[in-house]
Amino acid sequence: MAHRIEVGLRPGLADPREDAVAAGIRDLGIGTIDCVRVADVYWLDAELSPVQLDALCSRLLSDPVSQQCRYDGGHVRGAEPFLHALEVTYNRGVTDPLEYTILKGITDLGISKVGRARSGVRYVLYGHAEPGELDLITTRLLLNPIVHHVVQQGEDIFPIEPRYEFVLRHIPMRGLGATQLMDLAAPFGFFPSEIEAIQSHFTALGREPTDIELETLAQTWSEHCVHKTFKARIHVDGETIDDLLHSTIMKATNALNKEWCLSVFKDNAGVIDFDGLHAICFKVETHNHPSAVEPYGGAATGLGGVVRDVLGTGLGARPILNTDVFCFAPPETDYKSLPPGILHPRRVFKGVRAGVADYGNRLGIPTLNGAIRFDERYLGNPLVFCGTAGIMPGWAAQQGLQQPGDLVVLVGGKTGRDGIHGVTFASEKLDEQSASRSRSAVQIGNPIVEKKMIDVLVQARDRHLYRRTTDCGGGGLSSAVGEMGADTGVRVHLDRVPLKYSGLSYDEIWISESQERMILAVPPECVSELLQLCESETVEATVIGEFADNRHLELFYDGVPVGDLRMDFLHDGRPQLELTATRPAPRAPQADPDAASSLGEALEAILSSLNVCSKEWVIRQYDHEVQGSSVLKPLVGVDADGPGDAAVIRPLLDSDRGVAVSNGINTLFGDTDAYWMAASAIDEALRQIVAVGGTLDRVALLDNFCWGRVSEPESLWALVQACRACHDMSLAFDAPFISGKDSLNNFAEIEGQSISIPHTLLVSAIAVVPDVRTLVSMDLKSHGDLLFVVGNTYSELAGSEYCEYLGASGRDIPRVRPDMARQLMLALSRAITAGHVKACHDLSEGGLGVAAAEMAFAGHLGASIRLADVPMGEPVSRDDIILFSESNSRFLVEVPAERAADFSRLFDGLPCQNVGSVEQGKALQVIGLDGNVTLDCGIEDLRAAWKRPLDW
Amino acid sequence: METSSRLVGSMETPRALVLKAPGTNCDLETAFALELAGASTDLVHVGRLVERAVSLRDYQIFVVPGGFSYGDDLGSGKVFANEIELRLHDELAAFVDRGGLVLGICNGFQILVRAGLLPRPSAGQRVSLLPNESGRFECRWVHMRVVDGNPCIFTRGIEHLELAVAHGEGRLLVPPDVEGDIIPVLHYTDPGGRRAGYPHNPNGSYMDIAGLTDPSGRILGLMPHPERFVRSLQHPGWTASVEASGDGQGLAVFLNAVRYARRLA
Repeated sequence: MAHRIEVGLRPGLADPREDAVAAGIRDLGIGTIDCVRVADVYWLDAELSPVQLDALCSRLLSDPVSQQCRYDGGHVRGAEPFLHALEVTYNRGVTDPLEYTILKGITDLGISKVGRARSGVRYVLYGHAEPGELDLITTRLLLNPIVHHVVQQGEDIFPIEPRYEFVLRHIPMRGLGATQLMDLAAPFGFFPSEIEAIQSHFTALGREPTDIELETLAQTWSEHCVHKTFKARIHVDGETIDDLLHSTIMKATNALNKEWCLSVFKDNAGVIDFDGLHAICFKVETHNHPSAVEPYGGAATGLGGVVRDVLGTGLGARPILNTDVFCFAPPETDYKSLPPGILHPRRVFKGVRAGVADYGNRLGIPTLNGAIRFDERYLGNPLVFCGTAGIMPGWAAQQGLQQPGDLVVLVGGKTGRDGIHGVTFASEKLDEQSASRSRSAVQIGNPIVEKKMIDVLVQARDRHLYRRTTDCGGGGLSSAVGEMGADTGVRVHLDRVPLKYSGLSYDEIWISESQERMILAVPPECVSELLQLCESETVEATVIGEFADNRHLELFYDGVPVGDLRMDFLHDGRPQLELTATRPAPRAPQADPDAASSLGEALEAILSSLNVCSKEWVIRQYDHEVQGSSVLKPLVGVDADGPGDAAVIRPLLDSDRGVAVSNGINTLFGDTDAYWMAASAIDEALRQIVAVGGTLDRVALLDNFCWGRVSEPESLWALVQACRACHDMSLAFDAPFISGKDSLNNFAEIEGQSISIPHTLLVSAIAVVPDVRTLVSMDLKSHGDLLFVVGNTYSELAGSEYCEYLGASGRDIPRVRPDMARQLMLALSRAITAGHVKACHDLSEGGLGVAAAEMAFAGHLGASIRLADVPMGEPVSRDDIILFSESNSRFLVEVPAERAADFSRLFDGLPCQNVGSVEQGKALQVIGLDGNVTLDCGIEDLRAAWKRPLDW
Repeated sequence: METSSRLVGSMETPRALVLKAPGTNCDLETAFALELAGASTDLVHVGRLVERAVSLRDYQIFVVPGGFSYGDDLGSGKVFANEIELRLHDELAAFVDRGGLVLGICNGFQILVRAGLLPRPSAGQRVSLLPNESGRFECRWVHMRVVDGNPCIFTRGIEHLELAVAHGEGRLLVPPDVEGDIIPVLHYTDPGGRRAGYPHNPNGSYMDIAGLTDPSGRILGLMPHPERFVRSLQHPGWTASVEASGDGQGLAVFLNAVRYARRLA
């Protein structure tokens, strides 16, 4: 039988969790629920005595000082007559993240006979609501049917898991005609040329493939794993690009050929040298589709995945920093207008934030930098970028190589049905049925399993207990083992994989994307030491096979061969895609809008726009201080509430050498021109590094493309343009790309309408800072100091926040003049390192006006700026354009008067002008071209405007 | 631990043990702070202590660092506190009786409270740390005033501290019958040193209390993180000051511990 235990706060104590649920109900537009009560529920699958249950209640499951606890009937909180009560628990097959800890805690108490445990939450509502409203509260707020359900009266919480009866399945395909072949290909996601190649291959072998062989090919050849669009032959503008990635981004990296780039585009993350003794690796991943259907779990496992990328780079790196960028639809989206099957953006936002925070905070990795973009077109397709940097000894920087006879060791979590077909799901369109179809594609993470694994693998690395490692990500074992074994061959015994529950078939085991798993190649003489180390820190580790020397992938179940693929066919047998990209008709010329009636009002409105406003609500819920390494934090200034540029850490506690990280993203520019959008993103990432005093000497870039429907030739053309910009800017700035990622086909088909996301390119930069003590923050420091604008302003309003505010489109979007930009950045880096600069901020969304406002309120100081002195790249006669243009490669810099001459000398022949000064009065004052005050705003008003929108 | 050089302790220097469990995550910087203060420090997984491969007898300072032990799954620190109380009770009691120093930071404070070591070593838990009043995890710097005349070894000679907090469950709850038994060491204040509400008190803690000691002064539990401020440039405001190379305020806590423990070594 199952015991049910309920735990809640004692009466009279306020529970913030209950307040949060009540607030969520009000967000749904339901104002008649007066009060909510919440209790935790646990079910234990065992026969326990009252003495044992009392012990469990008082010692493990409840806090004796603040909580009360009842078992097997009765309620602890919300026992009074209520409107509605329900209990929510995880669906069968979904990992209950608390189960392991509950069982561990029970064992510690000396009670050994509990086999399974489940957790749930009981909600009790008071007040009034229509039945439809209760349904809305349940489905929109309290549970997600993908992972949870409401416990029914008499429900068996611990059903008997079915046993798996092994039957080997073949898929007949040799004699099939074209139509039947395509029917066969569809569920696997193969293109026609791919399934034909597979048919020929097995026809030549004289046998039919097994299901697991086709699954392996489907995973390995998926867009997610092999990036086939980026490797395609693309016919564009009268030429043919053979392999887009190699012809653009990687071509520039190869041309730059930096000796400090230790490993580029071949491992799970790019690797650069840090100090000659240590290497730094950096990767940014996306987890978009899973986050669309289950924001909390999808985002958490997205972060867990990129952390494992870093752990699986070279011989393993210790994670030292996280950076996260999210793209959502506006949180004010009307609930009533929401199409079926689409989660509300507010829920997506809150769920993603919580998922990333809960996972990242538990791993003890500081989250130091990020961005959040809003656009209605992310409604069905939110984007979740999670990035992680890691540090490792220099000797561990290169990918290892196993030897035949080395053992395949699976480390970390057990395998369940989580995430089956995740990689094919990742590149599919989303529609109203996605939520139910993707049921098995959603993973729930357990950060402590990952943390234990990190701790153990770093020790195993330093004891040289394995020769090679990689993570189990998309495609699960099939991708990890299949890729790792490519050089030698490998045999895997699938029945040896530890399972969460019985009933998994051999192919489910092979492609499951259960989280927190890594693969090691372990020399036989090291295996006992490795297993012992893992056991001593309660990390699961199992030998599941061995590497061979025949370059075959051989799979067995209970000793029976179930699959045998040649590595050369698996990895090189995929026919290259042929695609056509078409330049769209040129955009009709647009005019700039008329000037806003009040520049002060415009500035406050732009500060209050979702893309510009303070993200403090999110930032403070991430631990950005753990590891004690942060030097420049995400929020800076007198009250630590100003928006910093690049974040900087000291990854070695006894060294002042630093690592700076920044992100560049601007989706509004992409609607006009993907080339300049990409160039601007690169400029933005680099100028944030330079704004804090970093240099271009050792800066590396990551690309992260999230695109709409690339089967549309015009969308593909935009992708090609963005790649061309990456190539050109990388060369011009002397900054190589070292790794990247793409997530394509982000479009949702909703009620017959196809909505693609805006072209989105995230460029992340990482730079080595020789001495962090020379860095500066963006808050103004002392009144009387001079303010300089570095870089030319152009009349470039298209895609600007000012145009968004006016509801207009502008004439020109910002371009990048990379030669000038690089000279400016080099000069500014020198000026900051020399100590001439007290504060510096880059000019981005909202231009000079927003940058000046942010610097002023972060420093509790005023500023006065003369627009007539702002360096111009072309004649501009309007105050508003100078104030709000988003031209690239510009900075606002605070320089003490006695340093002004030395500072200016470094910019000899470059656009750099004294435009004003730091003032004691708490106002931002702007003198227009006509010499009159054109804007005069109190900094507290500006701060309030900036903080208001997301002060949740 | 990856450091560019290794700080080595000698036989005369006190020895500190930083305890690890699954989910501990402030162990490296805590060990670094102790070494900087002059202690020879070992990171020890709880399994080593339980199986008696390592003994507390060899140490003078015992630190339970921050993190999310066992995920804080059944309440912050709950499972780890049980493990310590059930498997290490006698060894830890002997360590305390011998005059050893015990420091619990953040999750470590939660564990000391739940394992019955604070407000004074006793059977069972007497106070609690609940979810923050804001309902949110809070990562921010806070000001604190050290309570005059309190017996705590770790805060000797310190009047004010500014440190980072990063926790979701730091609201001290003291039942009425225990109010007379607690010894507060640190009160959250505003920058001017006055007791003030949120966000200066980041969690809604009873009487703005940030840390507790026991009557001997040798056990300290606190929510803020002294190990995250041992260098001046770990402070968020360092770019506005001239000196980037000095010590951070949190180092004094560890120096006090080492100075005291040197007499025991």
